[in-house]
Amino acid sequence: MSTAVVHDHESGHESHLQHHFADSEQQAETSKLGMWLFLATEILLFGGLFVGFGISQIKYPEAFLAAHEHLQKPLGFLNTVVLLISSWTMVMGVWSARNNKQKALQMFLLLTIACALIFLGVKYFEYSHKFEDGLLPGRFYTHSPMSDHQFVFFSFYFMMTGLHGFHILGGIGVLTWIYLRARRGEFSSAYYTPVDLVGLYWHLVDMIWIYLFPLLYLIK
Amino acid sequence: MANAVAYEQKHSPNYLNATRGIWSWMTTVDHKRIGVMYLVSVLTAFLAGGIFALLIRIEHLTPKRTIMGAETYNQMFTLHGAIMVFLFIIPSVPAALGNFVMPLMLGAKDVAFPRLNLMSYYLWVCGACLALGAIVTGGVDTGWTFYTPYSTTTTGSVTWMTMGAFVLGFSSIFTGLNFIATVHKLRAPGMGWFQMPLFVWGIYATAIIQVLATPVLGITLLLLVMERAFKIGIFDPAIGGDPVLFQHFFWFYSHPAVYIMILPGMAIISEVIPTFSRKTIFGYRMIAFSSIAIALIGFLVWGHHMFVSGQSELATTIFSALTFLVAIPSAIKVFNWVATMYKGNISLEAPMLYAISFLLLFAIGGLTGIYLGALSTDVHLHDTYFVVAHFHYVMMGGTVIAFIAGLHYWWPKITGHMYSETWARWGCALVFIGFNMTFFTQFILGSRGMPRRYYNYLDQFQPLHAFSSYGSFILGGGLFLTAIYLLASLRGPMNAPVNPWGGTTLEWQTQSPPIEHNFEGQPHATTPYDYREVVETHV
Repeated sequence: MSTAVVHDHESGHESHLQHHFADSEQQAETSKLGMWLFLATEILLFGGLFVGFGISQIKYPEAFLAAHEHLQKPLGFLNTVVLLISSWTMVMGVWSARNNKQKALQMFLLLTIACALIFLGVKYFEYSHKFEDGLLPGRFYTHSPMSDHQFVFFSFYFMMTGLHGFHILGGIGVLTWIYLRARRGEFSSAYYTPVDLVGLYWHLVDMIWIYLFPLLYLIK
Repeated sequence: MANAVAYEQKHSPNYLNATRGIWSWMTTVDHKRIGVMYLVSVLTAFLAGGIFALLIRIEHLTPKRTIMGAETYNQMFTLHGAIMVFLFIIPSVPAALGNFVMPLMLGAKDVAFPRLNLMSYYLWVCGACLALGAIVTGGVDTGWTFYTPYSTTTTGSVTWMTMGAFVLGFSSIFTGLNFIATVHKLRAPGMGWFQMPLFVWGIYATAIIQVLATPVLGITLLLLVMERAFKIGIFDPAIGGDPVLFQHFFWFYSHPAVYIMILPGMAIISEVIPTFSRKTIFGYRMIAFSSIAIALIGFLVWGHHMFVSGQSELATTIFSALTFLVAIPSAIKVFNWVATMYKGNISLEAPMLYAISFLLLFAIGGLTGIYLGALSTDVHLHDTYFVVAHFHYVMMGGTVIAFIAGLHYWWPKITGHMYSETWARWGCALVFIGFNMTFFTQFILGSRGMPRRYYNYLDQFQPLHAFSSYGSFILGGGLFLTAIYLLASLRGPMNAPVNPWGGTTLEWQTQSPPIEHNFEGQPHATTPYDYREVVETHV
């Protein structure tokens, strides 16, 4: 019984400390390690798609070259800039949390969410353009004869940007959750692990796009 | 006096009676309860997969139709394989026993992320439901490997089954992630990496593979589902895809998955052998490093499943060489275990009997793997019963036997009850005899040219097939007996002492069953496998 009392006393000041950790530092380090491992699994998940894309491109180089001309480079570039800005606002959000700047934290989180929404908006225009031209994955592709294999490029285009898009949506979800917690004043220089972790996730989502953009839009 | 102690134990608070009601179990974040929930669930899957196996063996009693049609037969071996691999063996040791024991061994109160742990369990349940959905909606007949192009064109419920495997994959990833973080951050004060029990090293090496290989399976199965739904043109050769690419992707996960299955088994053996030999483990560091070596080299050998798939000769040669390389760390472990037993004070209780069975069966399974890793012999043995016998010797003779060893070893700790040692020895004997009758016969069948997955076979194979089937009935009987006496022990008194076997790792320092927070106060690291005191008090 005495151990339980000591335990309560120790954690009494820090409500976020879970019972199986000795102190906040251990908890924060553990959470960060877990997040890095999760990011490693994300890279391997996308890795399969990158390898598949590479192999199909080697198989049908002309088709992939012709197909990638249908992508709108300016819009892809615009989205790259938007995501790069969102990475900066995210960093500033983490910095604000670490320095006890509550208002700035909320503002930067909202800016990050706004960037994510802009990205999805631009993506919506790109997708609807593809839909109109019949530039669709697999058996829905109608733009040119199936025998020229351009549909394989669009299969990968939609798989890769689609999976990435779901990660953006997930990002908006967790950013909103963090924003609501920030509004309740839950984060301070003493405890801002969730902001830190969402930041790591958001940077990975950005980084995957940094690879997707040249791979799909630019490389000839 | 003994009655008083038993009474006190029964009514002393422990993790089983800390809170009550079904809801307290469904929402628990206690790693011990989640481990027990996993244990019940994976054993249910084992029963289902086992029934399918017995039906297959009954069908093979005669060369033509015995009890089922050819299409049902195809579904039977697919479901047997998929259920045993994805629902039973992969989560068996890490998620069930590992979940219960590993935090105790580290002197921790729980795993690093208790809620994620519960989520892993529910993902397992979702995956099991999807697999059940596949059975209800018409069954799958592709084999557990889902090879294209058949899997992209068949009308079976491949989508249900692959989505099930996809979800189970995430369950496995989150378990692995959780365990890596636990091992890194939650070791008891004073416990460095080389004071950790070897079980933890094995589970840690497994977790690395779970985290790094499983996502690739995830994306592969997703691409397979997309190929079926949208004809995206990656795997289906009819529209310009590459079916061998699917095999590469599939085995990039599924070969490391073989080590997800065997490493935890080896981890259990590394605990049981020193405890029942009353002797310090021989070559602690070599066993620990060989786990990591197996995990890393295991990523580089997937091509040995594809020697006859049209890979380049250079690739097959390299994969063959790397396959021989992975045999070295496995052999290091076996030699170290045998050296541990040498001049030890061996007692032959049920866990040790299973551990010795493991050594014999794994040696056969491992050595026959060398035949299959060699190019010239594999070309002949590929897709025969020789392969079936080989991987059953490793998966069942290795992992499942080790799992049963671990189940007996930690049963008193998990449940607080002692099982009947006499019945346990009979069970072990039946399992060992039945297993060898079933599968050693299949080595002979395979080397004589019996191809795997065939519904009919030539009349000349009938005696051997029948012998193998009779063996499987004995094996099934042995496992059934084991289930009976283990369950019967639960009706008896809570009589398990704190440390029934004289183990030296931390889980034997807390009561059986442990209290909700595992230990009274923070335990400090001890030197594992130091049996000097144990031998003095037990002799």
